[in-house]
Amino acid sequence: MSTLLFYDEIDKPGLASLSTYHDIGGYSMLRKALDMEPQAIIEQLLASNVRGRGGAGFAMGRKASFLPKGDMDKYLVCNADESEPGTFKDRELMQKNPHLLIEGMAIASYAIGASRAYIFIRGEYMHQADVLDAAIAEAREAGFLGDRVMGSDYSLELWVHRGAGAYICGEETALLDALEGKRGNPRLKPPFPAIEGLYQGPTLINNVETLMNVPHILRMGGEKFAEIGTSGSTGTKVVCVSGCVRRPGNYEVELGTPTRDIIYGLAGGPPEGRKIKCWFPGGSSAPVLPGTDEYMDLPFDFESIAEAGSMLGSAAIIIVDDSVPIVDVALKTAKFYRHESCGKCTPCREGTNWTVKMLERIENGQATPMDLDIMASVCDQILGNCLCVLGDAMAMPISSMIKHFREEFEEHIEMARERNGLGAAIPVMNRDERGPDRSAEYSAVGH
Amino acid sequence: MTPSPSDPSRRLAGQVRRYSHGSRVPDWDRAADLQKAPAVIPDLATTRVSDELREAIEQYMSRYPDRRSAALPALMLAQKVHGWCSPLAIEQVAAVMRLTPGYLSSVATFYDMFETEPKGEHTVYVCTNISCALRGGDAIYEAMVEAAGDDPRMNVRTFECLGACDIAPMASVNGEYVGPLDEADCRQIVDELTSGRPVLEHKRLRDRPSAIDLPMGDGLPTAGRDISNRITASGNDVAGPKDM
Ligand SMILES: Cc1cc2nc3c(=O)[nH]c(=O)nc-3n(C[C@H](O)[C@H](O)[C@H](O)COP(=O)(O)O)c2cc1C
Ligand code: SF4
Ligand code: FES
Repeated sequence: MSTLLFYDEIDKPGLASLSTYHDIGGYSMLRKALDMEPQAIIEQLLASNVRGRGGAGFAMGRKASFLPKGDMDKYLVCNADESEPGTFKDRELMQKNPHLLIEGMAIASYAIGASRAYIFIRGEYMHQADVLDAAIAEAREAGFLGDRVMGSDYSLELWVHRGAGAYICGEETALLDALEGKRGNPRLKPPFPAIEGLYQGPTLINNVETLMNVPHILRMGGEKFAEIGTSGSTGTKVVCVSGCVRRPGNYEVELGTPTRDIIYGLAGGPPEGRKIKCWFPGGSSAPVLPGTDEYMDLPFDFESIAEAGSMLGSAAIIIVDDSVPIVDVALKTAKFYRHESCGKCTPCREGTNWTVKMLERIENGQATPMDLDIMASVCDQILGNCLCVLGDAMAMPISSMIKHFREEFEEHIEMARERNGLGAAIPVMNRDERGPDRSAEYSAVGH
Repeated sequence: MTPSPSDPSRRLAGQVRRYSHGSRVPDWDRAADLQKAPAVIPDLATTRVSDELREAIEQYMSRYPDRRSAALPALMLAQKVHGWCSPLAIEQVAAVMRLTPGYLSSVATFYDMFETEPKGEHTVYVCTNISCALRGGDAIYEAMVEAAGDDPRMNVRTFECLGACDIAPMASVNGEYVGPLDEADCRQIVDELTSGRPVLEHKRLRDRPSAIDLPMGDGLPTAGRDISNRITASGNDVAGPKDM
């Protein structure tokens, strides 16, 4: 029997209201926290080893302990931008259980000594933002927020800040700029937000799901929490499964659950008669993995997915079945990053654009297999050369598609050339004679 | 002459929307008017702003240590009043927030939800990102465009992942998430919008239970799963407002 922290009662009627939340013990952990030393709360977070649920998987306790102590203005920001394609967990969590987020944020704010906290929610989530606004008003009315929280000496203002549609604002420093009323361009790091963030004050930024774990960690105790999941990936994870499966949706599992159980067991696997061609384990920014048994047997946790050559990211599994051409998947992915690039760094701005152009050339039958090498080299030039990782987030999945499905790309190139009457890029007679290093031959063929 | 969508020259042009002079940048070929003084912060005393809008913006400004933080919510409020981020809307926000119109325009052009041209009052964002596309999102967009026809009240556009891939293919209709959609729903959405009725009540995301309580579906739509990015004319497929 696997532990559920969020989904055991998620559909309980009225859970979004303060009275129901209070009835099931809500805000008792805030009470407990206010009687603790802030440092003792951070110790519990460290003991729990809970890792960030927003993408990078950085240990929350460590990040919180980086904030300087002292009396300066500090801030807590909840990242509810959730724009990573395939991700939709924060939406359901916030809409159905907003008070758990508010309680988690109040505890975290107290632990780091912040007197102002903001929830940066993507502008498209209008209903969820309304739900949060209402919940915050209720909590403030009942004394869980505002001046002298629950009769203590601690005061906290919490507001919802609505974004206006830009994926890049999920990147923590771009989010801070958007919150400051600017264009959402990422900042140079360091200084990291923990030292110099919102309004240049020390700022802790965490994902919705990360912050929602905080009351559970206090309730169970950090060490007990760390027993859930695996030693390196503690706790549960809400996994968003979408694409070519029979029952897309959010499923909460313990980290380390076999991937097969999630994709086939909970989400029902691909429709009758279809096989999984590839899957993104952590949103469209994660390198794809093939749908073979070897990968289906992977435990779904941070380390195992990283070892397999991808990343857990936001734990958004997107399934692509064998009826979908890989070139189409690549083009769809690349176009998204081209549109969302903020344009600040050349490798990302130009690299995403040229990758789209080259993929379109494949579609239009104007490419030769040499273009695959050029595309891979463009991706290489992006990796590690940009201010934020949006560029990498396109380069990684595209490179992985070329790596795992090179044959299909080549066939697609030939097929499209033939369809457009442009003739074969590689003479048929040579096809079987190619050695392992193919690039020299491609350049000899020319185009 | 505008090439038709099937015209190969249009596909070769990278499917990027261009102005008649061939550039993606408006008026690139016109020199800046150096005689013209840059727009300064408009005076609130001489700018007509309704009390309602001013108070709402001021209310937002009070939430932050730095008033400039209210730029996004303030522009959103003004857009609601004016239908789009018109020069007048920007001027009003600038007057209340004591910022230059130029600053606010630079912000408004960055974000996808700000309309920088006049648009129909009913906004339909059809998600055509990967998870929706895998379930027919591109076909839904086309059906929606067809259903909207040339009704000037409709503003139908493609959108990147809206964070609701569990109800793919989906759309956000004036902010209300609905799905999974089929092509017949598109007609119904347009009818309900134009007659002022609530939209697709049985498919609203807000009423949906979590997935584990739903029956296993049996598959995917058979038609319209071609995700080869045939969509050309949509606002979102431009290299991006963030580039400018
Ligand atoms: C391009 C880009 C988009 C991101 N989008 C999100 C997002 O939508 N939600 C989120 O929580 N984190 C997002 N992140 C990760 C954040 O930068 C940051 O790591 C995270 O909010 C930290 O919270 P966590 O430690 O709780 O995961 C994004 C990062 C990048 C580079
Ligand atoms: S990598 Fe891309 S999105 Fe990130 S700062 Fe550079 S240009 Fe902007
Ligand atoms: S891809 Fe359409 S909502 Fe995510």
